[in-house]
Amino acid sequence: MDRIGQAFRTARAEGRAALIPYVTAGYPTLEQLPGLVRSLTRAGADVIEIGIPFSDPLADGPILQRAATEALAAGTRVRDVLRVVSQISTEAPPLVFLTYINPVFRYGIEEFARDSAQAGVAGWIIPDLPWLESRAVRDTAQQYGIALIPLAAPTSTDQHLKAIAHGHGFVYGVSVTGVTGVRDAVDTGVETLVARVKNFVDLPVAVGFGISTPAQAREVGRVADGVIVGSALVKTIADHRDACEEAAYQFVRGLREALDNLSAKA
Amino acid sequence: MATKRVPDQRGRFGPFGGRYVPETLMPALDELSRQYGDARRDPEFRRELELLLKDYVGRPTPLRRADQMSQALGLDVFLKREDLNHTGAHKINNTVGQVLLARRMGKTRIIAETGAGQHGVATATAAALFGLKAEIYMGSEDVRRQALNVYRMKLLGAQVHPVESGTRTLKDATNEAIRDWVTNVRDTFYVIGSVVGPHPYPMMVRDFQSVIGKEARRQILKVSGHMPSHIVASVGGGSNSMGIFYPFRHDPVQLIGVEAAGEGVETGRHAASIQVAEPGILHGSLSYLLQDADGQIQPAHSISAGLDYPGVGPEHAYLHHTGRAQYVAIRDDQALRAFHQLSEWEGIIPALESAHAVAWVIEQAGRLQAEGGRVLINLSGRGDKDVDQVFQYESEKGVGRHG
Repeated sequence: MDRIGQAFRTARAEGRAALIPYVTAGYPTLEQLPGLVRSLTRAGADVIEIGIPFSDPLADGPILQRAATEALAAGTRVRDVLRVVSQISTEAPPLVFLTYINPVFRYGIEEFARDSAQAGVAGWIIPDLPWLESRAVRDTAQQYGIALIPLAAPTSTDQHLKAIAHGHGFVYGVSVTGVTGVRDAVDTGVETLVARVKNFVDLPVAVGFGISTPAQAREVGRVADGVIVGSALVKTIADHRDACEEAAYQFVRGLREALDNLSAKA
Repeated sequence: MATKRVPDQRGRFGPFGGRYVPETLMPALDELSRQYGDARRDPEFRRELELLLKDYVGRPTPLRRADQMSQALGLDVFLKREDLNHTGAHKINNTVGQVLLARRMGKTRIIAETGAGQHGVATATAAALFGLKAEIYMGSEDVRRQALNVYRMKLLGAQVHPVESGTRTLKDATNEAIRDWVTNVRDTFYVIGSVVGPHPYPMMVRDFQSVIGKEARRQILKVSGHMPSHIVASVGGGSNSMGIFYPFRHDPVQLIGVEAAGEGVETGRHAASIQVAEPGILHGSLSYLLQDADGQIQPAHSISAGLDYPGVGPEHAYLHHTGRAQYVAIRDDQALRAFHQLSEWEGIIPALESAHAVAWVIEQAGRLQAEGGRVLINLSGRGDKDVDQVFQYESEKGVGRHG
């Protein structure tokens, strides 16, 4: 049941942080999604985030904006994403949808929970659905065995961190005030953020936003239970459109080795 | 009639409104709600705002019977002259209020979104007044179409950021402004230009714009001795209409919001979110949206750039939902005819936005006359900004007054 928790426990038993890569469904094409997910699985991903493209992704930086725009221009539909995911979920680590709230609201919260569960999806991350607005969504998701992943930001109050202690899956720690994207350095506040969350919440904490290189993954993996890498992977895919499965494999393999080395040294 | 106070603590207007933003912004919205609540109760803040509205913006704006239009249509028509505000539209009522609040909160940086540039100009103006730096996000398509407004903003000391993502228009400029705010939330105040966005913005913008309705209520009683039968105002995001509707909400007055039907609601090329009435969540609140079956936001269309937005403020959705206000739609061609008619009748060139409200009254004159209508139109802005565009449009179509 708790596939996400199990994935984190496995990583912890191996003495390392869990690796959570992100890809946008429909980019470069929806037909390539199964191959990409297989590559990420083979490279050692513990959980995989699959982005459902949205016309107005206000939490995303330029790389993921472009991927969503292209995916939509190519005709990517929510139902098709669900169909493709249902074909790959049994042979993949836990899959988590990253979607904005309007496509979920439009689909119908209950219907989307039902169809996500049928497709084998383990969780939802909805960046424009803050915890205070999420009651109906998380209760419905929970009924279908789907975890609505709570987010914690550098600006989050203690009150918020107490509230999300009742959440499921893991806590998505947003490393910076800002949007997704490739950054030169890990924000110095990451350690403080993780410590603050852990003060209130028993769930594992995975950190994302701006983590781009094996060195940065290693740095974050020292303090967090999981490392989320999105824009840098999508950029790798964009730079190698014709051989994106191999490029994605190599890139994620590099991240995983950085986390493994950390455990070897520790 | 609905008497429940809206919004509630969580920013809900019935089922609409709320706060749909990244977690990073939630503390900033709490802080804004708190500070705005304090400011609103602070006599010093209110006095300063009143003085600015009087001596800088030029309020109260006049309200007068439109004699020739009244005669031509056979009913009493009154115009609330928001076009006579400094910068030529109602937008400044809100930006002066918000920038005053920003200064009170110690924010050093002002950002805003703009479509055609009217709200950008009004924000740049208010920022200049307080010696603050404004950065304005504007879709690159709008930057190209509205070069003069871009120059105006620069004259006023603002920096204009062209936005290249999505449809390169107002909704994308709003996305980019929100991205900036998420990034720089600690020192930045986001001045939203309409009754949209996450709570408390729809309420706060309504309150700042309510000066229109408060003045109009006093003025029309003085001028005519009666309440109007109808108040008519254009609705894009809906700030000018909410500003005039709100103080009349408990009065026996029909509130008519006029959306942009563009080339016709049935063509799909329009901006009439309430006519379509499909609920959805965009830019921080739940309201009615133009969207496809997957919830992807669809581009809006109107000859009037100020109405060219795929959503509408949540309180308008609520007033539609409860039936307290009626929402209708006027096409581009009807608005253009009204643009000419009002100019000839009254010597007042209306903004294309406001021309939608004028057009509805012209279209419905027979019925309004039969009902003994006394109609108050909110003339939200002046049309000087639109003259060039109308000239081009009519030259291309071979119609109009310059042939």
